[in-house]
Amino acid sequence: MLKFKQFKRAETLEEAWKLNQSRANCVLGGTGWLKMGERQWNTAIDLSALGLDGIEETETEFRIGAMVTLRQLEQHPGLNAYTSGAVRDCVKHIVGVQFRNCATVGGTFWGRYGFSDVLTCFLVLDAEVETYPGGVCPLAEFAAKKQDNDILTHIIVKKTPLKAAYESFRNTETDFPVLTVAAARTEHSFRCAVGARPARAELVEGADEAELLARVQGLTYGGNTRAGGEYRAHLAGVLTRRCLAKLKGGEQA
Amino acid sequence: MKLNLTLNGRKVSAEIPEDQSLLKFLRSQGCYSVKCGCETSNCGLCTVWLDGTPVLSCNVPAARCEGHSVTTLEGVQAEAEEFGAFLADQGGEQCGFCNPGFIMNVLAMERELHDPTVEEINEYLAGNLCRCTGYVSQLRAIELWLKREVKA
Amino acid sequence: MKRVEELRVVNQPIRKKDYRALVTGQPVYTEDLAPKDCLVVKLLRSPHASALVDTIDISRAKLVPGVACVLTWQDVPKIRYTQAGQSYPEGSPYDRYILDRRLRYVGDPVAIVAAETEEAADKALELIKVKYEVLEPVLDFRASLDNPVLVHPEDDWKELYEQGADVKRNLLCHEDSADGDCEAVLADCDVVVDETYHTVADNQAMMETFRAYSYLDTFGRLNIVPSTQIAFHVRRIIATALGIPKSKVRVVKPRIGGGFGAKQTVEAEPYPAIVTWLTGRPAMIVYTREETTTCGCPRHEMEVHVKVGANRDGHIRAISMYTLSNAGAYGEHSTTTVGLSGHKAISLYGRLEAYHFVADVAYTNLQPAGAFRGFGATQGIHAVESAVDELAHRLNMDPAVIREQNLVRQGQVMPSYFGEVNTSCNLDRCLARVKEMIGWEEKYPRRILPNGHIRAVGLAMAMQGSAISGIDVGGATLKVNDEGFVNLLIGAADMGTGCDTTLAQIAAECLEIPAGQVVTAQVDTDTSPYDSGSYASSTAFLTGGAVYKCAMELIEVIRAEACRQKGWQKEDTDYHDGLVEHIPTGERITLAELAYTSECGGKPMFATANHTCPNSPPPFMTGAAEIDLDPETGKVTLVEYDAVVDCGTTLNPNLARVQTEGGLVQGIGMALTENVRYNFDGSLVERNFLQYKIPTRQDICPINVEFAPSYEEQGPFGAKSIGEVVIDTPCPAIANALENACGVRIREMPITSEKVWRALNER
Repeated sequence: MLKFKQFKRAETLEEAWKLNQSRANCVLGGTGWLKMGERQWNTAIDLSALGLDGIEETETEFRIGAMVTLRQLEQHPGLNAYTSGAVRDCVKHIVGVQFRNCATVGGTFWGRYGFSDVLTCFLVLDAEVETYPGGVCPLAEFAAKKQDNDILTHIIVKKTPLKAAYESFRNTETDFPVLTVAAARTEHSFRCAVGARPARAELVEGADEAELLARVQGLTYGGNTRAGGEYRAHLAGVLTRRCLAKLKGGEQA
Repeated sequence: MKLNLTLNGRKVSAEIPEDQSLLKFLRSQGCYSVKCGCETSNCGLCTVWLDGTPVLSCNVPAARCEGHSVTTLEGVQAEAEEFGAFLADQGGEQCGFCNPGFIMNVLAMERELHDPTVEEINEYLAGNLCRCTGYVSQLRAIELWLKREVKA
Repeated sequence: MKRVEELRVVNQPIRKKDYRALVTGQPVYTEDLAPKDCLVVKLLRSPHASALVDTIDISRAKLVPGVACVLTWQDVPKIRYTQAGQSYPEGSPYDRYILDRRLRYVGDPVAIVAAETEEAADKALELIKVKYEVLEPVLDFRASLDNPVLVHPEDDWKELYEQGADVKRNLLCHEDSADGDCEAVLADCDVVVDETYHTVADNQAMMETFRAYSYLDTFGRLNIVPSTQIAFHVRRIIATALGIPKSKVRVVKPRIGGGFGAKQTVEAEPYPAIVTWLTGRPAMIVYTREETTTCGCPRHEMEVHVKVGANRDGHIRAISMYTLSNAGAYGEHSTTTVGLSGHKAISLYGRLEAYHFVADVAYTNLQPAGAFRGFGATQGIHAVESAVDELAHRLNMDPAVIREQNLVRQGQVMPSYFGEVNTSCNLDRCLARVKEMIGWEEKYPRRILPNGHIRAVGLAMAMQGSAISGIDVGGATLKVNDEGFVNLLIGAADMGTGCDTTLAQIAAECLEIPAGQVVTAQVDTDTSPYDSGSYASSTAFLTGGAVYKCAMELIEVIRAEACRQKGWQKEDTDYHDGLVEHIPTGERITLAELAYTSECGGKPMFATANHTCPNSPPPFMTGAAEIDLDPETGKVTLVEYDAVVDCGTTLNPNLARVQTEGGLVQGIGMALTENVRYNFDGSLVERNFLQYKIPTRQDICPINVEFAPSYEEQGPFGAKSIGEVVIDTPCPAIANALENACGVRIREMPITSEKVWRALNER
């Protein structure tokens, strides 16, 4: 159950950041994950008054606020056109519409969850994370960093020319994934992110498909309640090939 | 803390614990249609609308609803009864415990999707679990109900 | 009794009487109805699979403001009882106290806390200090019998009648039944399939978790409002557990949010009951989903060893079965479920020369099992219907054809079904029709799609019973009121299935009045006629039979009252269409007129009847699955599931169809997604809906249900049961389809993608 002593709707980022310097306080995202913890928090910091709930699209980038919901990602025409629907594909299996209307981009990325479909997908895009006051850093770097006391404010997706594809494997349609794979082809190379291994998604690159597949197979795969490591390693190959076929398929069409 | 919101079209002002969930708040306000079926955001029984959008009320701290508008099945009784008649014609209401959250999401779907396919219906409602019906009668009811809407 | 074509109310797809309240979200469930000042009851549960409470310090917990009481093993009656909702004397052993010093599974209650608020209860739970003496548990049911570690070493364990138990061997019961010399016939068969099949402790996962509230009424009686299928058994069990007279307990059943057998166990009721009894305060417990999943009463895990022998021509001559069932820590429903795994599976085959069925039930230090739709038959049918397919493959026969040759037929005596005669059976038609529906001739065994996926079909047959022969009792009371409306009082529990409506349809059919003129009352042990409750596929058949008898008796009472009022001779009257007609004069008097007059100095027009049946006519069905196998990942996706059911006359075709669809999807979950595993310490891996995955609407496929009704003379208007048989086919049908797709046989449910992939690799 989500327990806290005080609810504070921050008026400014500065205020939110100051409150977040105490380890007894927490920032509220969609609270889906937070509420399953046992911890009693002092102050729950709410960012919903900070105008972080929109997706701004410019000529060069998408600027996605931390309070944007997964459902907004799913339904954003520009983002899905740019990613050939990969963004939609990566969120559509997450529990249900009502859940995705609650879960936030900020909470999702801040958690750096091993099972994260969204992190897997965004890793193959040219994505950056903006925090207050830390500033901007590449998503892969952010994902690998430990959680600090900054406030995540935006995810920025640069409109680098690329094609993207997303595949996940699940035991049931709305369960956590057994494995997630996102792939993208840029002018120069192939990228692939593999998540739910069950460790956090990692990004690999290759000059061609063969090299990419070899790199994917080179990642480590472990077991948890949803599947064993050997099976995950096998699925990684299958899903990567399927992503690559999707990338090709688009070309033919 | 003091919470002010619009509940089923009515202005409500209440003193609540700071960390109360919207689910608990709504039941404390007499909205007993809102049910709790899990602790893990999986079942959809507690679905209500926040500013017209379906959300899991177990996942929303009530304090976040300050100044917003919340709708429960108590606020859409006529529609619930209209769709519910289609459901009952299939025997698909069964134990009824999942009905309020399910019907809230069906009504939200009807507002959001135009002429949805079976796949779109199933995807939209995937977050609403039901253990009695196996979902098939619910789907029949929805399809007939949507068709009737088109005729009208 | 009327034939199907004469029926006007029964067999009609009318809406459920309570539908409006359910679809508009009215407060009609336990938690909605509870008094606002109910104490919140919570349990401290054991973190160990086996332990003794060495010391327990509740002093700080009791000081938390708002805490009304904290109870430990020292505070409860030293009376062993069972929580199994069964007729007395129960088949389940008396093996628990409300709180015991010995803890037998992870989750076993250690202390009961009752407080004014949830926060205070939680705080008190945190402050209870327990020192446990941790003991070695028995966690593997295959290693439990004769294990030196005992689950129930206590001396006051007792069974009410002999069932082969030897608790000093962890043996809860033993059965051995046979007809003919099975081993000799098997030795003489051309082919014998000899395999072992395993099903896990699936969770009922009804949407409303376990819950109950209680309060003392004006007369100082303990009133309980539980979410239950068995109001009368709750009364008896609570009185037994508390050591108080039955007259001090009243149980009222509100609407309940699904049961599926889970609520045939008195799971949550004892805790608020003892709090109310000791404090005088209203009290309520609401189990969390996690408590319901980990401390409930799931399906019995069973390992079933089957030998099926046949001749080359496909004649199945003998079936031998050994079932080992896992009771978990307590024995609720263990002795009764295990028998069904044999009797209701073997009896599907009508040309056997011999059968032999042996069963053991073992205690373990795991979550205790209980009743779940299908009740052992599901586990046994999974085994036999899988083995018969394996046999067909060995004989190079079409699995549908071998069943056509061997299935049980109407009129046959069934030695493995207690020698009962198969009084009504369209299993052959069920099989023939389901083959047409699924397109068996075109699709069997498989075809390969352009994308490499394999489409294949598989089928399975099933039977269940209709109430427990000679034990279960259905009851009904009918009374005529002003305007001629009729009250129907029953003790059977509508748990969403609609029996408040279908039983009213039976009464209305008999009385020849509209169903709306019959008003069904809420179950109340003070006023409802005794009924053993809604389980064992008994309500439609047995309580339905009681309603029929009762209505027929009521008609005689009505005629007598008409004669009294009008001075007619009874033999000159006829009852029809809700009125009594004087045949010589053609004069008529309606129920309404009779009722008003009877209220002024007349006789009350009411009747009460109960019904029991010496045998248990089985419903039958056949299910067929078409699957899509992705051979790269091992993923099995359902394409279509078709089923044809012989439940006799359908009392309400809509509700019978929904029963079937719902049961099939539960069976599909059991076959594909619902796994149950234990950690090394005996705790569950799948402990909530994050981990225990019941199917969503995206995990299923189009499901087509048809009926092939026989007419069961012993049932009301030809009806048999429907509630349980519908869960039995998916496990074997899907496993059979998988073998037809790729030659891989998975004998351990659920069929996960990983298992299939591994088996494909090992081929």
